[in-house]
Amino acid sequence: MPYLDLFLKPEVFLVWTSVLKTGGIIGIVLTMVAYSVWAERKVSAFIQDRVGPNRVGWAGLIQPIADGVKLLLKENFVPAGVNKFYFSIAPSLAMVPAILVLAVLPFGSSLFGVPMVIADLQVGILWVFAVSSLGVYGIVLAGWSSNSKYPFLGGIRSSSQMISYELSLGLSVIPVFMITGTLNLGEIVQYQVANGWMVFPAWFQPGPGVVEFVETSGAVLGVSVAKIALWIPMMISFVVFMVAMFAETNRVPFDLPEAEQELVAGYHTEYSSMRFALFFLGEYAAIIAGSGVIVTLFLGGWSLPFVPDGSQGWVWGLVNIGTFFAKVAAVIFFFLWVRWTLPRFRFDQLMKLGWYFFFELALLNIFLTAGILAWLQSQS
Amino acid sequence: MLIIQFWVLSVLMLGSAVCVVVFRNAVNSAMSLVLSFLALSGLYVTLDAFFIGIIQVLVYAGAVMVLFLFIIMLLDLKVEARRTLNLAAVFGGLAVLAGFVFLIGQIVLSFPASGESFPALARTGYSDVSEVGVALFGNFNLPFQVIGVLLLVSTIGVVILSRRSLR
Repeated sequence: MPYLDLFLKPEVFLVWTSVLKTGGIIGIVLTMVAYSVWAERKVSAFIQDRVGPNRVGWAGLIQPIADGVKLLLKENFVPAGVNKFYFSIAPSLAMVPAILVLAVLPFGSSLFGVPMVIADLQVGILWVFAVSSLGVYGIVLAGWSSNSKYPFLGGIRSSSQMISYELSLGLSVIPVFMITGTLNLGEIVQYQVANGWMVFPAWFQPGPGVVEFVETSGAVLGVSVAKIALWIPMMISFVVFMVAMFAETNRVPFDLPEAEQELVAGYHTEYSSMRFALFFLGEYAAIIAGSGVIVTLFLGGWSLPFVPDGSQGWVWGLVNIGTFFAKVAAVIFFFLWVRWTLPRFRFDQLMKLGWYFFFELALLNIFLTAGILAWLQSQS
Repeated sequence: MLIIQFWVLSVLMLGSAVCVVVFRNAVNSAMSLVLSFLALSGLYVTLDAFFIGIIQVLVYAGAVMVLFLFIIMLLDLKVEARRTLNLAAVFGGLAVLAGFVFLIGQIVLSFPASGESFPALARTGYSDVSEVGVALFGNFNLPFQVIGVLLLVSTIGVVILSRRSLR
């Protein structure tokens, strides 16, 4: 079988498994985007005691497809006086960074010995920040090229908001790296497999100073002084990161760039048809990618306590992938829940909160973590 | 493969760098500069310097140029676009460029090692993040802290200068 040998050569093997993983992850995420729009409508209906979409398919499940067909068939209207070049590329510039973030997320342990991450970069989380910081160009250029007041104000608001909250976003995760000692997202998940999730550190390898509750084969359920001491900065990190992620993805209570009452629809006011849909998809793709980052950094990634990884058999590999996407779905539900529960901030409140509170809190948290780590080292 | 990447990225980087100067519309220039930064970070990545490549995108393309674009959009671009070409300035610039290229050529030709290729890295697959960290907080700790103080001073300076009461 010469063809089989060719497929198993390391370089060729890497190429076709990467293509399969990339295709699979884009397929899954675009489906999740479509159905998170459906979930958004269903959840908002539930919270407001309405029924929500229920005409197209059972419980409105085919509604996203109907919406997609509608958007594709609509006229793509370009207003007079826009800068045509930037007007056409802005929707793609908003969509692409959100998808690119997914390249470094470990969405499973391994399947048939293939690691379930597209690009296992040593600088994984920096890639996430670098790429998502490029997402602001799509929004700013859309607002500017529309040559209209409301989109322009929306674009300006969006860029100042994203720049302000990027600082807290970046600073809030530094304690995680100080504890794990790596920037590689796969290694951060491995650390959480061994030592408990960052926000729920309840099991780890047996060692000195550990109070054991239940003993099983690999991990141990229990507490130690180190775990509890490091749990405090981890919770601060988690809260700051979560809030900054809401601001980065322009979600309520920070959806100032597209505040309907003030700015019509913000930066995408002048867009129609599929170009509008690309902004919409980009926004939800950013939410999904952001949820993926939150799950990977703080909620243990693909791991579940006492569930083996993919090296124990392909069934467990599939279970790990399912766990990751279930956790992502749970975080997305939290995003929706917040949107339909909280009112919107005022713009000056938003800026003050970012610069005067979360920025300082994230900085102090770094010092706190460094102090605790130094204290733990002096103890041992 | 590496040589193709090098040429594609170099041409993209230098081409968009020329575009920064040539375009009359300031937004076009800013976006060309972003493209140039992205190509430069691609060149870093082909050299296995992932950390510096990512930082190039994060700091320059993601933060500095967003602020530039932010300011440019608040300006009146039509004044700049209407300005006509100054022929003397164009020829002066070209003369400086020719002199610079000539100088670089002379230096490269007179440098004997320029024709040889570099030896391969001693080891591969190490994490350049930790290498940079060890270098910064080990051998270069004093310069690192001095730069930190310099940045703090300039930050405080900006805060003081932009306070309205002192203007």
